[in-house]
Amino acid sequence: MSQLILFNVTNGLIIGAFYVLMALGLSLILNLSNVINFAHGGFLVIGGYIAYTITPYIGFWGALLLAPPLTAVIGLVVERVLIRPLYGRDPLYSLLLTFGLAFMIEDGTRFIWGAQGKPVTIPAFLAQPLSSELFFITNYRLFMVAVVMVAVTLLFLLLRYTRLGIRIRAGTLDLETVAALGINVQMLRSLNFAVGIFLAGLSGVLAAGQLGLEPTMGTGLLMPSFIAIIVGGIGSLPGTLIGGLLIGVASGLTAVFLPAASEAVIYVMMAVVLLIRPRGLFGEEGMMS
Amino acid sequence: MSAEQTRKLIVLAAIWTALLLAPYWMVPLGGYTALATRVLVLGLAAMSLNFLLGFTGVLSFGHAAYFGLGAYGAGLTLKFLVLSTPLALVAGMLLGGLCGGILGTLIVRRRGVYFAMVTIAFGQVFYYIAFQWSSLTGGDDGLRGFSRQPLDFGLFKLDILSSANNFYFFVLFCFALAVGAMGFILRSPFGRTMIAIRENERRSRFLGIPVERHIWIAFTLSCFFMGFAGALYALVNNFADPRGLHYSQSGDFVMMAVMGGMRSFWGPLLGAAVFVVLQDYLSSVTVNWMSFVGLLFVLVVLFFPRGLLGFLQRSKA
Repeated sequence: MSQLILFNVTNGLIIGAFYVLMALGLSLILNLSNVINFAHGGFLVIGGYIAYTITPYIGFWGALLLAPPLTAVIGLVVERVLIRPLYGRDPLYSLLLTFGLAFMIEDGTRFIWGAQGKPVTIPAFLAQPLSSELFFITNYRLFMVAVVMVAVTLLFLLLRYTRLGIRIRAGTLDLETVAALGINVQMLRSLNFAVGIFLAGLSGVLAAGQLGLEPTMGTGLLMPSFIAIIVGGIGSLPGTLIGGLLIGVASGLTAVFLPAASEAVIYVMMAVVLLIRPRGLFGEEGMMS
Repeated sequence: MSAEQTRKLIVLAAIWTALLLAPYWMVPLGGYTALATRVLVLGLAAMSLNFLLGFTGVLSFGHAAYFGLGAYGAGLTLKFLVLSTPLALVAGMLLGGLCGGILGTLIVRRRGVYFAMVTIAFGQVFYYIAFQWSSLTGGDDGLRGFSRQPLDFGLFKLDILSSANNFYFFVLFCFALAVGAMGFILRSPFGRTMIAIRENERRSRFLGIPVERHIWIAFTLSCFFMGFAGALYALVNNFADPRGLHYSQSGDFVMMAVMGGMRSFWGPLLGAAVFVVLQDYLSSVTVNWMSFVGLLFVLVVLFFPRGLLGFLQRSKA
């Protein structure tokens, strides 16, 4: 029993770490640009398929390094052409646009790579289990968590210490003032969008190694990321981090006792949080309300 | 009567005439009566959503949940409780409306994108329930094994199952009831208040309007209408589909409202007509219809954000 619980909690933490990566990207874009990026799952899929395509040439490690920036470049183009005209308009429009974009990406990947699932080969030592005692944890899962930790640390360092990061945080609080101080807000939004999509691309590569690739995989991962943001509190990146881990562990634990409810439990958590603390666990008062 | 009023009356008469005669002009144009019925039901759903979106100004992106709940409510009633079409409609409407009312209390204090996100996430709850609880709902395969029943008027029975035209007129009657109620509410002082909140929430608050309560009432009413539309949809197909609860269905409804024109009462019906006919056509000619629907979303947002009616009105002005 304790083995089972340990397994599911670890599993939950790993899945949670994955949600965190997705949700942080979404959260970045949402906080600065007030855009709910429905196509985030689509960008994840693009990242995964790019990795699948370039792995035969440069190997898994090369793909891990190269696929996320390539995805970010695609994100930059999309932001520039499609999303930029919508800033300042009712958020309804960016929501609808990215929603349509998600359709196009899903259908497009199916058109290019086919509807069949595609496996991504990972280095042999990563596919090994950790030990015969802890057979349920493969090295790849630990590796995923390590990558997420590095990425999250780098993101927080970027936001804390670099000029770009400080501007992003300032823009989240008061974009008008930032613009009045002479900072190119358009550029800031583009770069911020690219950082968010970079994280989506990275999630895509990691997911590809664990789950294989399917054109529809992005949609299923989008909703938990939304809930991570709502539970953690909109406007707070540390909140998103904790929210993602919490819902991962919660659904992992529920899988032990009531497997059918493991999806539903995260919605229950959201309802409880909204009931007790409407702004989310770490949400600032008045932000986005 | 002013010229404006006369014009409105003529437009209204034209809409209802077109709807009443639809089975007769759709078929020669290459359509079929069941397509007209679907347009009517999905149009009602889009109008119900627009009751909230266009007239109160809050963005719900999870309204398919209440639509789907209506469908399951009607289907389960027919399958397990009573063989009565009107009761099934009432049950569907109640299920959608009550669930909307309860969740609404958690949702109404949010605004803008936050409101949208919370409505999406809560909407998905019902999708998972319908998906997981297969013993009751049929899970992924959807709810089958029920069919709409003849209407019993005591003296005679009206067959709405095998006669597509009879069923169309029955749906049109239900549509008229719901749309009449919606128009009545919008013209009432409450409806005016909704529009005031849309135009300037802060000023409404300073005028002493309990904004949260009004938004909650508008949300709940719109869920009741949505449940009603969903119940009708279950009767159209004799089937309730879990994908009818999914947020992608909500996106379709929002798209219908936006494409037709959010600021007009009839716009969403027009949007639904264009959307349904286009989707029907595209899915018959290409397997990549999803791309085209997605492209439609992108193009409408970039080039026709006011929708067809908004575009016509502006180019006339």
